[in-house]
Amino acid sequence: MAARTEHEVLATELRWTIAVVASVALISLAILWAGLVHFINPPSNLETIDPTKVHLSPEFTEANLGTRVDEGGRVTTRIVTAQFAFIPPCVVVPADEPVTLRLVSPDVIHGVLVTGTNVNTMVVPGYVSQVHTVFQKTGDLLMPCHEYCGIGHSQMWSTVRVVPKAEFKPGPDGRALCEKP
Amino acid sequence: MKSLERLTLAHLWTAFIAFAVACVFGLWQMLARSPIPTPGFTPSNYFISVTAHGAAMAYVLTTFFIMGFGYFTAETALQRPLPGKRIAWAAFGVGLLGVVMAVVPVLLGRASVLYTFYPPLTGSAWFYIGLVLVVASSWVWCAIMIVAMRQWKRANPGRPVPLAMYATVANAILWLWTTVGVTVELVFQVIPAALGLVDTVDVGLSRTLFSWTLHAIVYFWLFPAYIAFYTMAPEAAGGRLYSDTMGRLSFILFVLYSLPVGMHHLFMDPEHSTGFKFVQMTLTVLVTVPTLLTIFTISASMEFAGRLRGGKGLFGWIGALPWERPMVLATGLAFFMLWFGGGGGLINMSYGMNAMVHNTSWVTAHFHLIFGGTVVIMYFAIAYAIWPQLTGREAPSLRAQRIQLWLWAIGMMVMTLPWHYLGLQGQWRRVAQFDYANPIIAAWGSWVVVSVAGGAMLLASALLFIWNLAAFHRARTPVQAPFRFALAIHPPERVPASLNGFGLWNALVAVLMLVAYGYPIAQFFIHDRPVAVVHRVDGAQP
Repeated sequence: MAARTEHEVLATELRWTIAVVASVALISLAILWAGLVHFINPPSNLETIDPTKVHLSPEFTEANLGTRVDEGGRVTTRIVTAQFAFIPPCVVVPADEPVTLRLVSPDVIHGVLVTGTNVNTMVVPGYVSQVHTVFQKTGDLLMPCHEYCGIGHSQMWSTVRVVPKAEFKPGPDGRALCEKP
Repeated sequence: MKSLERLTLAHLWTAFIAFAVACVFGLWQMLARSPIPTPGFTPSNYFISVTAHGAAMAYVLTTFFIMGFGYFTAETALQRPLPGKRIAWAAFGVGLLGVVMAVVPVLLGRASVLYTFYPPLTGSAWFYIGLVLVVASSWVWCAIMIVAMRQWKRANPGRPVPLAMYATVANAILWLWTTVGVTVELVFQVIPAALGLVDTVDVGLSRTLFSWTLHAIVYFWLFPAYIAFYTMAPEAAGGRLYSDTMGRLSFILFVLYSLPVGMHHLFMDPEHSTGFKFVQMTLTVLVTVPTLLTIFTISASMEFAGRLRGGKGLFGWIGALPWERPMVLATGLAFFMLWFGGGGGLINMSYGMNAMVHNTSWVTAHFHLIFGGTVVIMYFAIAYAIWPQLTGREAPSLRAQRIQLWLWAIGMMVMTLPWHYLGLQGQWRRVAQFDYANPIIAAWGSWVVVSVAGGAMLLASALLFIWNLAAFHRARTPVQAPFRFALAIHPPERVPASLNGFGLWNALVAVLMLVAYGYPIAQFFIHDRPVAVVHRVDGAQP
């Protein structure tokens, strides 16, 4: 490495700095591209809900939890994550179709991921977390709580049952429930 | 033994004893999560262990090591007595008191909230107050570092502050900025809840304040490793630092860009918009710049040393380096782990890709590799380099030091490569045990066992490290040559004022923080955000 004078040292460092800045710019552009063109963004929702009144809200009352298909055919799965269980403990969703997951916490911070997919969000008391996804693999997937929420955290997990589109049969009220495993 | 040596040893021994104990906890946790039966396992014990392991490694090892090394650097690099030694001892006492106050409730199971707190979970107030005392004692250290540099500059007008001290003061300033977030969270939100003064917490705000601290704290931990790269490794290799100016620039860039980026820990959170997440992601990309500059400058310094020792050809200089010296070996191993850890970090910070790995074992693997690997192996090397000066004795065996460093690096790779893989398979974090009867989880079992073997190597290495340090105190050979920091190939005679102080950079940090965190924090006061009810984990009645 050239080092006869301080000037030579700095010229060498400058060439490397240009290479660094160029690669960093390239990485940023790739991320920007994924966000703007492919809509790959983190699950930011900024929708609030009073954690002490979750069970009284029309949307997250027990009779409305789980998967529901609305008049427009949109599939929405609503889940309450609470110390130390998911309500309901199993949800059924169709494969190869857009599904919106909406999750709330009535008590402390939780978080969920679905194994083998990119579904991942924190569930913070006070906010409705929302994730849009398309499940591609069928079968029973694990959906554990991935954020420490207290002594029973390790036992807090649930099932996402992905069924082929043809076998996904919501009832007359639009709700679809897990049959017994 | 002289007073500086006593002060430094008190800090470093506190740090390393906490470290060794935390390694024992760490291995036990890995056993608990594996299919292997584990003695003493209950979920309650597990979360006691995680809290103790995290707090000891993140707050005690790091803070005490950095303070002790800073005191040593101030007197050795500036070649004048450290100002305020009595105050430094008082601060050490306060910090130690804080550690005891925090440890007791943790071990009693009354503060199992992990080292990241997670309000509205709330443990014993003693835990949080103890940690605030540790932070307060480190603020005293920051003040002493700044005063020491000022006094030196007054006595040496126009001369550049020695690089090791310039970097140490950069870290002190970074730490003052960094601790604002967590201290505000603890003092105004968590401790009032723990004392029963309030019964609700604004969780969005507390998470945002913690994120302020959460990334820059890692750079606070990392600074000593970089100080060693720039000012110790070139000397140990028998060469000189390639560029003093680039060292200064890298340390300044760390001060600037490790702060306004903490929201990348909240990519998966609902309380912030994609806009601010994107802004902080962009700033996060920039914090890779000083690391990439450092890799180049240190590699160039090593090449210079290798060629001085007769290394020829494109890569011949690598073989010519004195790898038998612990500092050179540790630098090589740290760089090796940095490639893996840094590469993983690029994925974590990538905004959309983060969803693939957030809160999985991938993340645990990432920070163990980059902090436990790259950074802590340099803490070992620094200790080996300055212990002769501290004790006045030479090490009885460099071979034992080399074995310890190799064992640490190999153990870290064996532990974290399976964790990265398991994280991609969806293995999640922070659970006490897995149900290996579940077919999805059963497939992970053998990789988990491999990682336990890595953990066992790490514990063996940690114990050997303590043994190696103790060996100095028993040794009889007096120290051969006094310790000195590396010089640059062309030591600067003058540097611009901006590269010799921090006024300008403090102003820029303030602007960046206003842009990155101004509205994200203000939103919790402008808009009416729902609050969460306090959930006690210590059994106390509200």
